[in-house]
Order: sequence, then structure tokens, then C-alpha cells
Amino acid sequence: MDFLAKLEKVDRRIIYLIITVAVVLPFFFRMGLPITISPEVKSVYDYIDGLTPSDCVFISGDYDPQVDAELSPMFDAIVRHCFEKNVKVIVANVFNLQGIGLVEPRLKKLAEEYHKVYGVDYAFLGWKIGGSLLIMGMGESFKKTWETDYYGTRLGDMPITRNIRNYDDISLVADLTGGGAYNAWIVYAYVQYHQKIAAGITAVMAADAYPQLQAGQLIGLLGGLRGAAEYEQLIKHPALGSVGMEAQSWAHIAIILFIILGNIGYYAVKRKNKK
Amino acid sequence: MHWSTDIWVWIAVFFTLSVYTFLWKDNPLYKFAESVTVGIGMGFGVVQWWNLSVVDRFWVPLTTRGTIGLVLIIPAIMGLMMVTRIVPRFAWMSRYALAFSIGAGSGFMLPRAIQASILQQLYATMLPINISWTGLMVNLFIVVGTLAGLIYFFFSKEHKGVFGGIANIGIWFLMVGFGATFGYTVMARLSLLIGRVLFILRDFLGMHLF
Repeated sequence: MDFLAKLEKVDRRIIYLIITVAVVLPFFFRMGLPITISPEVKSVYDYIDGLTPSDCVFISGDYDPQVDAELSPMFDAIVRHCFEKNVKVIVANVFNLQGIGLVEPRLKKLAEEYHKVYGVDYAFLGWKIGGSLLIMGMGESFKKTWETDYYGTRLGDMPITRNIRNYDDISLVADLTGGGAYNAWIVYAYVQYHQKIAAGITAVMAADAYPQLQAGQLIGLLGGLRGAAEYEQLIKHPALGSVGMEAQSWAHIAIILFIILGNIGYYAVKRKNKK
Repeated sequence: MHWSTDIWVWIAVFFTLSVYTFLWKDNPLYKFAESVTVGIGMGFGVVQWWNLSVVDRFWVPLTTRGTIGLVLIIPAIMGLMMVTRIVPRFAWMSRYALAFSIGAGSGFMLPRAIQASILQQLYATMLPINISWTGLMVNLFIVVGTLAGLIYFFFSKEHKGVFGGIANIGIWFLMVGFGATFGYTVMARLSLLIGRVLFILRDFLGMHLF
């Protein structure tokens, strides 16, 4: 009975230690747990997979370092897919200027890997003040809204942006966000301009985004590290997301066990007190 | 294993471990890491904002585009009016700038937000009676869940009888929603830990993980 009572009051540091072990060990001993593909991730993949080299995907990296672990694997996976399909990629940080330091080096690295030319195959616009106003402005005139890229080159001088007038010339907006930025894209770009939008969001927010997905306001959704892992599986390029998911699964098993043991302890103490 | 020789990776590892010392208890290492993080984040933001916004989007066009650039003086003055809040004597000036900002913002947002968050969500619950058994069940589930949830938040009638029963069903739907959110939250927090562990193993210790 004392043992059961102790289950209810396990020192939090022991819990942290066990969780840490559950997270670290899978990196050394792989079990190869399967990653199943959810329809919301598959629909983003299918949409991008159906694009042609004349299409352009606009990716907004609206996140900061706190959620880098969840969203950067998504960024890598989507950019990889676009580059593999020779789809043009324009990256910006519409809502979060801290995202500049996160997405710019990744974009450059991936472009080098796929031998893509800046200004022709991809471009980086960085951040500009305005947020929602930028989204609305892009619907009227893409070039007047952004004017220059992050490095000061005028958009009219780059082949990739020269012919982009507005959302009519952007096949998909993929918003990667650790906040509610995807809602602004829905409100200002989807409602007014019927722009196709895909969201890559942190797991904390994923449950909140399903109504928008069900209403058809989003073409698809990547939720947390799992969303990134699924996309990596689809493009057959397992990377940070896929490696992390095994650790994720083991940590979840540990947490489930703690919840069960905690409840057993709780009911044991309750029963004892009744007697 | 090939340890990193990059000093910045070592610094990042130091701060990562310093933050995690909080799990044991609050301590000066954690406080130091916390302060540095906040300071750097703010510093980075201010410098980027200054360069990309004030210099690139205001000062450069103002000084190079002649009369067209002069239009920018109007929003600049309104921006300065916002700052007058810090001087109590001139604080009233900020109200005009705020009034413009709130008025324009609401005007831009309200019609679209109503469309996106209310009307289109309503359309999404007006579902056809699907021919397939599974489709019918899914659609029915969405309709019942929406109605029961709305009834739970209807407080002008006491939750008793049939009305109370439906409100109770609403609670169950809400609980499932909260459970899903909690599960996702656990997943999110673990993802952040996994991100740091991956950084230490791959970037710091040089292990080949994939």
C-alpha cells in the first residue's frame, strides 16, 4: 500500500530523468517504429507534387527560435520537395523577424544542395513591417508590396519575381508558424483572394487548426514534429523529424505509464482513506 | 564521434544545459541564460526592425524618391505621436494615432474575420446526408458536436432536462477537444527537448544520426 501511495508522489526530478533517458536512448538503439501518414499531411504533399516548374510556392517562416525544433524540419521538407519538383520558392518572414536568422541559412544550404540559382529558382524576401497589410497588399500587387528582396535587389530585376503580379501567380502559400499567423493568411488571403493555404504549426496549436482544415480554408496541415516526420517520409528523405519521432514515441510511452501509475496511486490512497 | 570545434556551438550547448538546470531548481546559471536569451532576442529584433523598417522603408525612400517619398512623413508623424504616451503632458496626441490604427485595423479585419471565422465555419457544419455509412456518421458527429457545444455555452436558459442533457453531451465533446489539445501540448514540449538533444548529439558531439 505504501508503495502505491508513493506512486502518487514521485519526485518530479525522477520523472524528468526518466523522460530524458526515454528521449536520448532511441537515438542509440533504433526500434524503427513506423510513421503512418495522415490525410492532412498527404494533401499538402499531393498538392505540391502536382505543381509544375512554372509554379511558385510562397513560404512564410513566421516562427522564432523557441519553436525551431518543430518547424524547421517542416521548412526543410517542403523546400526539398519544391526543389525536387523544380517548383520556384519564395521565402519570407511576414509576421516574425526573428525567423530571418532561422530560415535564411537553411534556404541557402538547401539551394546549394539542389544546385538552385538565387533570383531564378528561389528568393528570400525577409521581413517587412505590416503583417496583415502585407498579405492584403500581395493580393493587389506583389512587387509594390515587397519592392525589394532581403538583400535590396528590386523584385522587378529578378526572373523569379518579375512576372508575379499577385496571388494569381502564387500556387500555394505555406505558413509555418508558432503563433496564430495562419489565421491571418486565412482571413486576408483565402477569404478575399481564394489563395490556397497550407499551415505548418506547432503541436500545441494543431488541435485548434482542425476546424479551419475541415472548413476547407486550409488545403492541408502539418502539426508539430510528427507533421514534419510524415512529410519527410512522403518525400523519402528522413531527416530531423523522422529521427525525432522515435524518441517522441518512447517519451509518450513513459508519460502514459506515469499517468497510469499516478492514477493507480491516487485511487489506492482514496480507497485507503475511505476505509 | 567528432566534437565540434565551433565556439558558437559550445556556447549554445552551455546555454542549453544552463536552461535545463532549472529542472533541478532555480539557480544563477538558469537566470543568466534566461536574461541573455531575452536580451539577445530583443536586441536582434530592434536592430532588424531599425534596418529593415526605419532605414530601408522610411529613410531611404524619403531621401531618394523626391516628392513621392514625402508621403511617408505622414505615417512617420503618426508613429511619433504613438510614442508621446511616455510624456504625460503630450499623451493625448497618441489617441489620434491609436484611433486611426484601431479604426483602419477593424475596418480591414471585421468583414473578413466574420466571413472566415463565422460564416465559413457555419457552412462547414451544413453537411449533406452522405450516402455511405461512415460519411453519414462523421457528418452527424460534426453536427451533433457543434450543436451540443453551442448549447453548453448558451447561458440564458438553465441547463436542465433535455436542454441540460444536450449541454452535458457538449461537455463531453469539449473534454475530447481539451484532451487532444493536451496530448498535442505534451508532444510539442517533448519536440523542443528532442530538438535540443539532437543538437547536442549531432552538432556538438558530431554523431551521424541519419
